[in-house]
Amino acid sequence: MEGEDKRRVVFVTVGTTRFDSLVKSVDSEIVKQELFAKGYTHLLIQLGRGSYLPSKCEGDDGSLGVDYFTFSSTIAENIRSASLVISHAGSGSIFETLKVGKPLIVVVNEDLMDNHQIELAEELADRKHLYFASPQTLHQTISDMNLSSLIPYSPGDATPVAKHINRFLGFPDD
Amino acid sequence: MDKRNGCPHAALASNATFLSAIFVVTLILVRLLYVVYCSGRPLSKRSSKPISTLIILGSGGHTAEMLNLLAVLQKDRFKPRSYVAAATDNMSLQKAQLLENSLVAEDGTKASDNTAQFMKIYRSREVGQSYITSVWTTLIALAHALWLMIKIRPEVILCNGPGTCIPLCAIAFMFKVLGIRWSSIFYVESIARVRRLSLSGLLLYKLRMADQLFVQWPKLQQQYPRAIYVGRLM
Repeated sequence: MEGEDKRRVVFVTVGTTRFDSLVKSVDSEIVKQELFAKGYTHLLIQLGRGSYLPSKCEGDDGSLGVDYFTFSSTIAENIRSASLVISHAGSGSIFETLKVGKPLIVVVNEDLMDNHQIELAEELADRKHLYFASPQTLHQTISDMNLSSLIPYSPGDATPVAKHINRFLGFPDD
Repeated sequence: MDKRNGCPHAALASNATFLSAIFVVTLILVRLLYVVYCSGRPLSKRSSKPISTLIILGSGGHTAEMLNLLAVLQKDRFKPRSYVAAATDNMSLQKAQLLENSLVAEDGTKASDNTAQFMKIYRSREVGQSYITSVWTTLIALAHALWLMIKIRPEVILCNGPGTCIPLCAIAFMFKVLGIRWSSIFYVESIARVRRLSLSGLLLYKLRMADQLFVQWPKLQQQYPRAIYVGRLM
């Protein structure tokens, strides 16, 4: 139980995309060292459609434990049990992480053309709900980040939209 | 002589055809302007009866946003509900089914009232498909959309991108112009759009096909004054 308590997992997710440069980046020595220095003990990577395979590592010899899988239907569970999430810029992963209040670094895939998802990550980073990095700058972001400065995201509310639709159609207000 | 006699008749006939063509075109144009004028204006009659609703699920994050909206919508007003998702999208209809099942479970006695139907639609263009073959696939998608719209004949359409909703909204607009069915189209732009509308959003906005177009960031609303910002869905 003692060991379980000290487990601090970094969960990396690319969703259904192919994002090898992110997986390579988190698997690099420099990023692993920064994470270890910040007190994280394990790295769990969801690879998606990528082809780059990181090297697995138990992590009981004073280094970061590394494990990976390709797809899973229980990503939500992985996010909940993580201490830090590093994600691609998909809105699904972003809001799933913010909803459960986990610290998040969004890494943008610069290989995608016309990647409008950068807009969302930048906006949320401006509002200090998450950190925003590229595969090349990820190690710097990890070393500079101060999780206590992040502002918790308050989930949106669909009620005003529903109210508007009801009024438009002539339904009485409740 | 024959020739000279024939000429005025032919001219008269072609004149009549020409005039009636102009008449029909004008009629359609006037009707089109009237529909555009009426779209976007709240319905004048006060609704009390439930209205048949078409919900277009766009996959992934789009579906998640739509389900958040459905969660707060009065189910006794918006029924029967028809859900449509892209044929290549395996998850969205399952999620909608879960939502509908939970409604039945909550309210067991009214299970028979709960007439939700689930349908798939061909996509006009898959990611990465060439533009030449997409002419053909767009035609098929339009025909399929027409078939679905004839079956569903919704009074309300809820959609939020991506392109899956465009053929259905185009048919709905055509039905309005032809007087077959009046449906109110509500489009909610994805929360991922902060600075610019998506192509689907832009089409529905510029062509005034959406009665109400919601955006989820105030910044975006400033650029598109007819859009509505009343908060985020996520």
